[in-house]
Amino acid sequence: MSSFGKMPSFSLPFTMGKYRTVFFLALFLIIALSPSCKDRPKAVNSTGLENSTGEPAYGDSLIEGTIGEPSILIPMLAGDSASHSVAGLIFNGLVKYDTDLSVIGDLAESWDISPDGLVITFHLRKGVKWADGVEFTADDVMFGYKTIIDEKTPTAYSEDFRQVKKAEVLDRHTFRVTYEKPFAPALTSWGNLAILPGHLLEGKDITKSDLGRNPVGMGPYRLRKWAAGQELVLDSYHDYFEGRPYIDHYIYRVIPDSATMFLELQAGGIDMMGLTPIQYTKQTNTVFFRKNFQKFRYPTFAYTHMAFNLRHPFFKDKRVRQAIGYAIDKSEIVDVVLFGLGTPATGPYVPNTWPYNPDVKKYEYNPEKAKQLLKEAGWEDTDGDGILDKDGNPFKFTILTNMGNTLRKNTATIIQWRLEKIGIKVDIRALEWSAFINNFIDKKRFEAVLLGWSIGLDPDQYDIWHSSKTKEKEFNFISYSNPEVDELLEKGRRTFDIEERKKAYFRIQEILADELPYIFLYVPDATPIVHARFKGIKPSPIGISYNLPKWYVPEKLQRHRMEP
Amino acid sequence: MVLYLAKRLLEMIPTLLGITLISFFIIHLAPGKPTDILTELNPKITPEARERLEKIYGLDKPVIVQYGLWLKRIVRLDFGESFSTDRRPVMEKIWDRKQPLLDRRLFITFMLNLLSMVIIFLVAIPIGITSATHQNTLYDRITTTGVFIGFAMPSFWLALLLMMLFGVYLDLLPISGLKSMNYDSLSVAGRIWDRLSHLILPVFVSSFGGLAGLSRYMRSNMLEVIRQDYVTVARAKGLPENEVIYRHAFRNALLPIITLLGLSVPGLIGGSVIFENIFGIPGMGQLFYMSVMTRDYTMIMGILTIGAILTLLGNLLADLGYMLADPRIRTK
Amino acid sequence: MKNGKLRNLFWKRFRQNRLAVAGGIIVVGLFLIAVLAPFLSPYSPNDIDRKHILEPPSLAHPFGTDDLGRDILSRMIYGSGISLSVGFVAVGIATAIGMVLGAVSGYYGGWPDRIIMRFIDIMLSIPTFFLILAVIAFVDPGIWSIGGLPVWLKKILQRIPFIDPSIMNIMVVIGLTSWMGVARLVRAEFLSLKEREYVLAAKALGASDLRIIFRHIMINSLAPVLVSAILGIAGAVLVESALSFLGIGVQPPAPSWGNILELGKNNIEIAWWLSVFPGLAILITVLGYNLLGEGIRDSIDPRLWETERH
Repeated sequence: MSSFGKMPSFSLPFTMGKYRTVFFLALFLIIALSPSCKDRPKAVNSTGLENSTGEPAYGDSLIEGTIGEPSILIPMLAGDSASHSVAGLIFNGLVKYDTDLSVIGDLAESWDISPDGLVITFHLRKGVKWADGVEFTADDVMFGYKTIIDEKTPTAYSEDFRQVKKAEVLDRHTFRVTYEKPFAPALTSWGNLAILPGHLLEGKDITKSDLGRNPVGMGPYRLRKWAAGQELVLDSYHDYFEGRPYIDHYIYRVIPDSATMFLELQAGGIDMMGLTPIQYTKQTNTVFFRKNFQKFRYPTFAYTHMAFNLRHPFFKDKRVRQAIGYAIDKSEIVDVVLFGLGTPATGPYVPNTWPYNPDVKKYEYNPEKAKQLLKEAGWEDTDGDGILDKDGNPFKFTILTNMGNTLRKNTATIIQWRLEKIGIKVDIRALEWSAFINNFIDKKRFEAVLLGWSIGLDPDQYDIWHSSKTKEKEFNFISYSNPEVDELLEKGRRTFDIEERKKAYFRIQEILADELPYIFLYVPDATPIVHARFKGIKPSPIGISYNLPKWYVPEKLQRHRMEP
Repeated sequence: MVLYLAKRLLEMIPTLLGITLISFFIIHLAPGKPTDILTELNPKITPEARERLEKIYGLDKPVIVQYGLWLKRIVRLDFGESFSTDRRPVMEKIWDRKQPLLDRRLFITFMLNLLSMVIIFLVAIPIGITSATHQNTLYDRITTTGVFIGFAMPSFWLALLLMMLFGVYLDLLPISGLKSMNYDSLSVAGRIWDRLSHLILPVFVSSFGGLAGLSRYMRSNMLEVIRQDYVTVARAKGLPENEVIYRHAFRNALLPIITLLGLSVPGLIGGSVIFENIFGIPGMGQLFYMSVMTRDYTMIMGILTIGAILTLLGNLLADLGYMLADPRIRTK
Repeated sequence: MKNGKLRNLFWKRFRQNRLAVAGGIIVVGLFLIAVLAPFLSPYSPNDIDRKHILEPPSLAHPFGTDDLGRDILSRMIYGSGISLSVGFVAVGIATAIGMVLGAVSGYYGGWPDRIIMRFIDIMLSIPTFFLILAVIAFVDPGIWSIGGLPVWLKKILQRIPFIDPSIMNIMVVIGLTSWMGVARLVRAEFLSLKEREYVLAAKALGASDLRIIFRHIMINSLAPVLVSAILGIAGAVLVESALSFLGIGVQPPAPSWGNILELGKNNIEIAWWLSVFPGLAILITVLGYNLLGEGIRDSIDPRLWETERH
């Protein structure tokens, strides 16, 4: 071992023999190709960006970031919102919603409804062309309808269309549907059917069609390229029937991680994304953000709630449910989980929409009242262990929710903590979605669940509250049953008179607020952020993206020029 | 030698079968059916609609039949279609012939791991050798400590720290994806640098653990070899130290390393799940994670099997390498 | 050499190895922290505080707070209990399985050996992390509350705060996928030891197989198995935190270092403390167990065991 002392010192490992070349080559490469930080696109930091409106001009690209990648661009086959987002720019329905939530025409110019409400005759726009030049006709509508009710089509959205008794093509631009019974959501449901090109799909299996990845539509944009896992590139359709969209390109970029997406936003890699509550409140208030971006905030058409299994002995008693309602501080949840970006919910409708009833019973945070109600219902802590009990049973239950949703996870945690304070022990279990639905919700093997519903723009919620919808896999999984509510639900969907419908839905909300089969928690706000150079954005109750084809970037501010 | 190869390949077959059995078994441990994701909690879906979907996916046949059918297709590398709503063939999502080679998921993961292995090899070996030859000096102590820390360091933590340092605070390196937004508009040199800079952090994180392990192993191997008689003989013969170390000691110590590299393949592939996730790299690991999250039946089985095949190949190559490096085995 | 002297020799060597001692101190320290959690942590790990959301380290909250206003230091202290429990139980399961399979394989040879070895090969060919991910994501944690673990174990586990079926799930899955190394080790030991004279003698005297396996051979393999177990705990802690980091491991609100790190990743720009401290804790823990394991291994140099127990 002593011979080691005589060795020349090998200071750098890389100076030896064969490694030397590799080392220097690497070094050379690194130096030669050193980054100038300028290579990475930095957001333009010009003053007055948000002030100058400028004239509408054609050009530029809008890059939106998304966490989930669209799966398939045929709307009836897709279950995810990303697919619907993109497909919405490529396809149109017969009707759509205006900013005041009234129904206006899309592919249908006008329509007639028979006095008994059972027949709708759509008069379709003329001269609309598919992206491949073929003219759009009523046959396409018929094709779409037939496809969606076809047994072989794996779609989840066929229910509304099965109410149709008869569908007819009267001529090239007239389409008529006849319903079995009056069906209030009928008209709007035709906004949900994206019209498909019959001439391309006739006789083919829709699931095997290439159209899912290479859609042919007649909407404002068409798909140019789809780099799987990375991005979708859409070009504007110059002959769109509502006018050529100002923004030439729309790019939907997939970044599976919200934090990374946020960094890309700042680096100029994307122009638009949905912010998380934290990002909205804490990270976008700097001078940089205020100069270069515009933030929006509006309530979404969805609400989060905790639902009780009404067959469970604990929850059969209304007082128990109400007690839990008093024990939860909704404002705390909105503050902590949503950073204030939401509103406490009192029922299954979004505040400030026409079906919403503002005068129902409210449950302000009142733990004393909660304890008192529980005592009335027989719950007291007789053995001093901090947990209420009755007849020897401790008040313990499990809240189930789905994995991967931070907002829900945090909401459940807060509920757990608050209920602990009044002596109820709660366990939280987050389950993988399909196990959740299949094993627990469908089989009604749960005590309480924390979930959300997205509300359609039509107030009909028959499927959720009607006492007949309690079979396995149906949506009244809490086994709620109230004859008056049943009657009101029927009334609401079978009349077309808005005032009549309003009365029915108002009364339903009163009843639900009293009986509290759900604890209605909150309606979250959507908080998108868009680069300041995009003008023409008009926030409305239905969001901001409804008029995307009308957004523009003034000439001076245009940034991306992509060669055709 | 060819006989040896053939024998090894044949031996792989029952192993492969076993792997498919295990994957299949695992998937069926799950409660619920894979079509549940499609039929999310959407009030518009009726039970009849769901049943229709299940029939379409052939889930109503008995398990053994399902396995048999699946196996038949596997042999042709047909893993069926992904259960996610895009319904593309599984193989296509892993290895899309329509994409440029550089963009295919399997390729990306493969290249990243290959790069990591190369770096591990190039860096760990010199470190190992020099620590062995400089045993107990400060250098040795530092590297040994470094190695221990490397072993204990959770790779995802390292990734986070580096991301924070280089990505957020210093803003020097990109922290997600494989290329920038404006890649297509860059010059050739710009593109090379772009890709390189995106690779720096992920590859570093990926190789870190393996580096520690391998350099330590190299060191202990060298130490053992140096004590051998033939080294003393070489020295006694008056050979320069360089030659002693490199010609004699090193090559003998190297042999087990090759096998070790081969054995590190499953670790690398498994690790790719984590760091592809963190760095937003569209490789096979990220796809696996997403399919686990969405219960994508066929996709998971496909990737699991492919991962296992890659591992077996890695072992095979390691064996080959060993055979080539060790003349004793060759002449058997 | 008598057994007493052997032990003294072991301790002497161990004590001289400073790194090993450091490892031992860390391990014991962590154990104490985990057990004394309720006394050591300044706040309850669950206390939500809407006024102190995502605050950086301060005197009141030395490690900062999380997105619900909870104190990170307290959560980390309780988290140590969870991580270590997972480590111990998982390794316990793995070692048990490995020892049994290795013994059978090494002792009997022939077909059982071939099958078991083939099984090990198969298990080793699938990237372990992939396997664990897939199994955890698929298996309903509910299974373990019905069957699964032995009753005495469950009783102990239920005493530990935060342990619930999903955590037991992780323990079992990690255990079921990490027994291969132990099995090989034990098998090697058996292969080498079963031809020893004292074994042959015992056989000649008519001792049953089981007796031979346990009384004679297994005892001599315990030392390497112990080392492997200790190192295994380090590995299990790493795996558990990786799983929690990915969102598939310990589920909130139960605190685990891994899931605090997950929070750190999601808030990487505004909450550096969420990323730094838990990772450091993991590093120190794993380092401690590694050093201890390696230290023990070095101190039990095989040459010491030339004289074995008969």
